[in-house]
Amino acid sequence: MNTVDQYAGERLKKTHFYPRAAALNIRDAWAAWNGYKFAECYYDAEYEYFCVRNSCATYDICPMQKYYVEGSDAEAMLNRMVTRDVKKLGLNRVMYTVWCTDEGRVVDDGTIFRLADDKFMLTCGSPCNAWLKLSAFGFSDVTITDMSDEIAAMSFQGPTTCAVLKKMGLGGIETAKPFDIRHFPFHGDTLMVSRTGFTGDLGYELWVRPELALDLWDELYAAGADYGIQPFGEEATNMARLEAGFIMPDMELHEALKTINFEHDQSPFELNLGWLVDFKKPHFNGRKALLKEKARGSKYTLTRLDIPGNKPAVEAILYNNERCSKVIGYVTSAMWSPAVKANIAMAMIKTEFLKGDIWAEVYFQKELRQYRKVVLCTVIKKQFWTPARARATPPPDF
Amino acid sequence: MTFDAIIIGAGHNGLTNGAYLAKAGLNVVVLEKNDYIGGASVTREMHEGWLYSSSSYVCSMLRQALHRDLNLTRHGLLLVPYLGTVNFGDDGSTLTAYTNSEADYLELKRHSPHDADSMFRFQSDLGRYAQFIRKTLLRTPPDPSSFRPRDIRELLWLGKRMWALGEKEIYEYVRFFTMSAADFLEDYFENDLIKAAMASAGIIGTALGVYSPGSAYILLHHVMGDVDGNIGAWGLARGGMGAISNAIAGALQEHGGEIRTNAGVQKLLVKNRKAVGVVLENGEELHASIVVSNLDAKRTFTKIVDREDLPPGIYEKAKNFKIRGSSGKVNIALSGMPKFTGLPDNRYINQGGQGFTGSLETMERAYDCWKHGRWSDDPFVESVIPSAWDPTVAPPGKHWMSNFVQYCPPELADGPWTPEKRDLYGQSVVDKIERYSPGFKDLIVHLEVRTPHEMEVETGLTEGNIFQGELTIDQLLFNRPFPGYAQYRMPVKNLYMCGSSTHPGGGVSAACGANAAREILMDLKRPNTVPEDDFYDE
Repeated sequence: MNTVDQYAGERLKKTHFYPRAAALNIRDAWAAWNGYKFAECYYDAEYEYFCVRNSCATYDICPMQKYYVEGSDAEAMLNRMVTRDVKKLGLNRVMYTVWCTDEGRVVDDGTIFRLADDKFMLTCGSPCNAWLKLSAFGFSDVTITDMSDEIAAMSFQGPTTCAVLKKMGLGGIETAKPFDIRHFPFHGDTLMVSRTGFTGDLGYELWVRPELALDLWDELYAAGADYGIQPFGEEATNMARLEAGFIMPDMELHEALKTINFEHDQSPFELNLGWLVDFKKPHFNGRKALLKEKARGSKYTLTRLDIPGNKPAVEAILYNNERCSKVIGYVTSAMWSPAVKANIAMAMIKTEFLKGDIWAEVYFQKELRQYRKVVLCTVIKKQFWTPARARATPPPDF
Repeated sequence: MTFDAIIIGAGHNGLTNGAYLAKAGLNVVVLEKNDYIGGASVTREMHEGWLYSSSSYVCSMLRQALHRDLNLTRHGLLLVPYLGTVNFGDDGSTLTAYTNSEADYLELKRHSPHDADSMFRFQSDLGRYAQFIRKTLLRTPPDPSSFRPRDIRELLWLGKRMWALGEKEIYEYVRFFTMSAADFLEDYFENDLIKAAMASAGIIGTALGVYSPGSAYILLHHVMGDVDGNIGAWGLARGGMGAISNAIAGALQEHGGEIRTNAGVQKLLVKNRKAVGVVLENGEELHASIVVSNLDAKRTFTKIVDREDLPPGIYEKAKNFKIRGSSGKVNIALSGMPKFTGLPDNRYINQGGQGFTGSLETMERAYDCWKHGRWSDDPFVESVIPSAWDPTVAPPGKHWMSNFVQYCPPELADGPWTPEKRDLYGQSVVDKIERYSPGFKDLIVHLEVRTPHEMEVETGLTEGNIFQGELTIDQLLFNRPFPGYAQYRMPVKNLYMCGSSTHPGGGVSAACGANAAREILMDLKRPNTVPEDDFYDE
């Protein structure tokens, strides 16, 4: 019998947590992310979403891209690449940022960790090797190492996460503020914990060497057993991040380097991320174009909407009148929010029409029959979901 | 003191009513006899570290449109659906209701391939009936004898939806209202445990047996709710059922409404046949142009309103209002998670409920005991362990278990309830659970036993009836609480009712309170603040 897997070359890779994650993926619901087998859901997407909002849950972020940027020029290099001021990033702190093309269009978003004066970790959703190499051009002392496969990473989110980490023995974790990094001894090595996440709730991200991945899983799950711990997948993540108002690649963001049609990518201002653009610092990629855009105003603005009724306005077209004669934008993500009990959405709307009525043309199906509703939307200024515990230090135990 | 409106009883409906009146700009006070609010939608720390949802314990009917409109999430409410329920048969067999449809089908098929297939027809028939009723929840029932344009319009609206069922289904539907749960289920299923599991929803909170006519509708009442569009799903309120009342109270206060605790009402003040205020138990008089009773119909008209102030016949109607006590509740603090015989160590199953169902016959015999003034020897117990999911209601690793018990009489054949009898009754429930979970007794840290007597004393519900009056056809829709008084206006001018004694009845829907507010605002010629239900009317 032939034991060689003839299809090995095109099978998905398995993450460092795969043995444990697969045992709990009762629905065998797998998707893919950056070549890795990646859970859509494990038991029930809505259940997992509620674990994030009610107890605690883990999200395998091994497939996320991670790069070390090191050397005496590392700070200057990153500062030229991204829109925020990396100089302001303290030791053992994390910042969320975007980076743009010269035209001021977003290449990707991600987080930068300052691990030492001259050592950073950059994380992002899509592979970024070429762009980093290009961005390092002209700097003599900067080394970029792709650590994506060399670090096992797990996001741990929900109201009981701090209690679980304390139970796991991570003394002092309760003093970590949002975007703080802490290090703990772990099996002769180090467990790095950052108070970061993609759910808008209290949560942490845990980083270890791949050899320690299963130890981390086992210890976290042992500590979390009485706190409702559960793995969550892509579907639950997408629900939580939309409530938190975070953008998702391929939903709100079409990466500039993958965009064919003119301005079908986005600028930070269009994504409502103007607060990430720091014009006080010297030259950075896209600065000139962004200054110009800031002065003349952006064509589109990403807007949060509350939509009447209970049918998610998925892919709905938006108009400035009920007769639907003038298109003013489109919905990028939409869902029924179980926590907020509202029909929420994010939409790209032509800025000039933001002050007037916004009508959504919602399509929905009932037992195969298609229906259409045109409803008047309400613009929501704040995030849909902002629990106080997400910002509290020390956080509550539940 | 003078108010625009006085609401008697700070249960969730009273608070909802107050919130909507306050939102319309009225100067509102909600009076509560206890030193805490919530009525039967309440969380209480009965043992240190354990928070019990003492009375109601799960939630599915709370109108989403009201939750959304009153911003209850911002006021601290998070409703989480819980996973399926395991039903335990007399013969030791188990039937798990899984949330996953594939798993659910395979589980039914294990018991009966016929029933697994038949379940689809059952669900769609029930879904059709539920859809019809669900649309009436946030509407005022029309008066079928009135010729006012609004009543005619509303009757036509109902008629149109009824007609949309199709001719055959209209006959079926009318038949359904008068059937017993067991007879109705007979049309679909052959396996007794499946029938028993489905029938259990037909007796909850009601002095009827699974073979009593009318119990089919009660079954429907329990499956017509939904959590986030998942029809028939049930949820837990994070922090217990008190979180619902507290969030509504938050909305009420945001709109300037006032709540007074320790303010039991002794008497309705009536002048020139108009309600003008109340007298508190401490003798204080409060005046208002509107008085709204969130008490049940029987209590309102036999205890609070003077018989002399009522038109002829109303006192008798109230006295005979069907509001019989039939259920008990045992709240148990546990030192660990109980294990049940015959079930795998599947932690998801623990996060649902347990139905100690037995069989149709066991349930009917349990009812026989009630008829003879005894608690059931072998009761039907519906349990949930909310702490398996809600980290706020018990210390980590510890649990609290809510056990709803059918049946338990309001008064025993050998006389009234005593603490000794109450404890014996509690013991009978623990014994039943122990049969399915050996070692259960050793886990018990604290036990609170509630007979109809305790429920009445604490919440004021007559005979501890959880629905403020039984949900039988003679007391539903335009017959609730009495024919001619289903539009929240009561026989004394300026007196309204807003509790579950009114349409659409019990189940923590908040619809009664909201519907009453809409009627009051209409009488005051004020703009309506109550939203319509939020599903698109296709």
